[in-house]
Amino acid sequence: MADKTSGEWEPKVIGFLCNWCSYAGADLCGVSRYQYPTNIRAVRVMCSTRISPHLVLDIFKAGADGVLLGGCHIGDCHYITGNYYTEKRVRLMKRLLEESGLDADRLRLEWVSASEGEKFSKVVTEFTEHIRKLGPSNVKKDEKLMARVAAADDASESFRLRALSGKEFGLVTKGNVYNNKLDPAELDRIIDSATEEEFERSLILELSRTKPRSVKELGGIMELPTDKVLRHIVVLRQKNMITMEHPEGFTPTYKTIEIGGEQ
Amino acid sequence: MTDKKANENDKPRIGVFVCSCGSNIGGFVDVPTVADYAKTLPDVVYATQNMYTCAEDGLSSIREAIRKHNLNRVIVASCTPRTHAPLFQATCEGAGLNKYLFTFVNIREHCSWVHMKEKDLATKKARDLIRMGVARARLLMPQEEVKVEVEPVGLVIGGGVSGMSAAVSMADMGFPVHIVEKDVELGGFVRLLNNLYVTEKGAAETIAPLIAKVKGHKNITLHLSSTVKSVEGFIGNYTVGIAPKGGEEKKLKVGTIVVATGALEFVPEGLYGYNQYPNVVTLTEFEILCKRKTLPKLKSVAFIQCVGSRGQKVSYCSRICCNVAIKNAINIVDNYEGMLGVMEKQGTLVDKIPVEKKATDEILERRRRRRGRGSEGEGDAEEVKLGPSDKIEVTVFNRDVMSYGVEHELTYNKAREKRVKFVRYTVDHLPKVFMEDNQLKVTYFHETLKLERTMPVDMVVLSTPLVAQPDAGDLSKLLKVPLGQEGFFLEAHVKLRPVDFATDGIYVAGTCKGPADISESVIQGSAAASRAAIPMAKGYVQAEALSSVVDETKCTGCGTCIEVCPYGALRKNEKGFAEVIIAACKGCGCCGATCPEGAISMTNYTDAQLLAEAKAALDEEV
Repeated sequence: MADKTSGEWEPKVIGFLCNWCSYAGADLCGVSRYQYPTNIRAVRVMCSTRISPHLVLDIFKAGADGVLLGGCHIGDCHYITGNYYTEKRVRLMKRLLEESGLDADRLRLEWVSASEGEKFSKVVTEFTEHIRKLGPSNVKKDEKLMARVAAADDASESFRLRALSGKEFGLVTKGNVYNNKLDPAELDRIIDSATEEEFERSLILELSRTKPRSVKELGGIMELPTDKVLRHIVVLRQKNMITMEHPEGFTPTYKTIEIGGEQ
Repeated sequence: MTDKKANENDKPRIGVFVCSCGSNIGGFVDVPTVADYAKTLPDVVYATQNMYTCAEDGLSSIREAIRKHNLNRVIVASCTPRTHAPLFQATCEGAGLNKYLFTFVNIREHCSWVHMKEKDLATKKARDLIRMGVARARLLMPQEEVKVEVEPVGLVIGGGVSGMSAAVSMADMGFPVHIVEKDVELGGFVRLLNNLYVTEKGAAETIAPLIAKVKGHKNITLHLSSTVKSVEGFIGNYTVGIAPKGGEEKKLKVGTIVVATGALEFVPEGLYGYNQYPNVVTLTEFEILCKRKTLPKLKSVAFIQCVGSRGQKVSYCSRICCNVAIKNAINIVDNYEGMLGVMEKQGTLVDKIPVEKKATDEILERRRRRRGRGSEGEGDAEEVKLGPSDKIEVTVFNRDVMSYGVEHELTYNKAREKRVKFVRYTVDHLPKVFMEDNQLKVTYFHETLKLERTMPVDMVVLSTPLVAQPDAGDLSKLLKVPLGQEGFFLEAHVKLRPVDFATDGIYVAGTCKGPADISESVIQGSAAASRAAIPMAKGYVQAEALSSVVDETKCTGCGTCIEVCPYGALRKNEKGFAEVIIAACKGCGCCGATCPEGAISMTNYTDAQLLAEAKAALDEEV
């Protein structure tokens, strides 16, 4: 086949579009013949709220250059409140991407209604060009980056972050069990610090999976003060997620305990 | 439907049907090479192209291939699933293939129509999209749709005109209906009113036949002075706890629920001298005075429109008050004598008479009740100086007169013919009500003369908006249905589903979803009844197999999923684990993305399926 398609790098953009608004908006865009670059590959989901951080981070691990999430406008969600959760989760995803060192701009959340066909073409065109400017994701070539993105993915699956991002909307709108509504800024700070901690712990586990490592070594790779690394290791040992190995000599090393038979 | 087990265990045998859609796809995508490419994909045993897959020969080619090649997965690459999925799913079912084993790939709206000038790239994208569809199809599982029986009994919350209309409609269709009304009698807000616009009849007289019909209907059970205390269940199977005031709670089994709890009049506390000067009343209080024929002697009446509404205390226009005020203005001009206090007509008092005692007490009592305070500190109404009553002047201070529709404009014209004065004010120059030398006065800015004018009046009637019931929030929590910003119930879709809630089995009618007049309330009540009757007449609801599935081995019973579900479709089972009520679940996936233990998955939207589909896009072409 005479192929213009091979050769030069082209951005690989994955779209997750909600059935009721963004996917329908993309349909209308087609019906109206608004043109946009061919790079995007859309996956239909019933609601943007379905997209957990793991789905997005795993796609980045697989080498996507950009991920576009499309939902209904706030207040218009087919499932009433789904997109409020999406908004909160995207904030968490972006925080995790920042931690991992992959540009958080590679992930974008857009509200496109079923009547906004033209907007869909504009969003896709603009986002594709933005990814083109950012260049290819080096996740698959850069081992260090891959480890960090994998750590971000693992962190997103931690009980603490999933519970926090699930409860966040309720805590600021309906209040906690004591009927106190939490200050959204305060809650954001709590989530941010939990995100940082969970990411660092996941990264320690990620780095110590294949090879036992010392605190100093981990601190060096992670560019973290060793006391902070040690504090994480204490927590991870309490949770029985990491084990101390070869305490001979003066430098103990730590190795990740594999759970289940997945590895 | 094919044997479920057979499909689960068999290796996928995928058939791919690539549609040209005439030239809609074929003109911009190289369909033959795409179909050839599909044959090379894993587990694809058959691939072909059709001119129109949705035409009868296209559909029969699907049926034939399923039989001939023993296909257990079908992919159609054509237009959007949003319009054509049901057709192809039915075709698969017809050929014995579970409809959940069908995959739709959109290469028209999402490809050929949006990449019309790049045939090579569009063709490559079509290949990628089909590869993604194949990756998804390989992981699909057959699903069974759950049928849930519907209890053919309706519940109407609220016994005003909309609630009664809903109840009568359902009862006339043969369904037993319960009405729960918190007041001691039926009729709701309308009971307070004097007469209804356009008709000459009294309000009580107008709705009396409806009340009689409700009371006499063999299918209607009335629960007066009662409120809803608890709601459990889902469409078709609600258990609702109701209790009379201070009485014991009893349980009703109902299939559908209509919410028709009505609205209240906004109390303009602190506005325009309300509760400060005598003879400053709200529209409804004025109607009560008229109805009881206890109007004091008046020479000049001022109506002030939009008190508290349209951006002052509430954001919206209350829709009905222009017409109610016009009606009352005409009433005063036409029938003032008929509404005067009995003593007035006998002419025993001429110059200085008090506001009729009985009416005043009643109104003060109403105000006290609404404020929930005791009667202490309420001064008696002051006396008002009145002049002779042979000619009465009515002025309507308004921001705009919204006499919409067919009749109302004519009524407005009629009022003007009767020399009711309409004086426009703007929000920059609100009229002021004050008392000077024992005389009530209104100062206003005359927009045409650009002058401030003051006129003495004997009574000021404040047109205040209908506002949401203060306890609407409690009911919304019990039923798990939303309220809008102003505290009114929020329908599923503002245009297309105005009397449905997003939650199946619960419907809404009347002023509890926003201001409406009586005919509109009746329309909404009847509409809600017809919507509620659909599942009851059918006898069952069939839930699409698109729901959450809880893995009990992972669930810790933390309850986060229950908190985030907008439909109340999750509950704890007797083991303490989360359990999905399939009939109530809509499959949005919020619980799945939320579950801290990753114990919840969605049927045919599993992480594995979504990731396989998305990652297939990132693979280099095989």
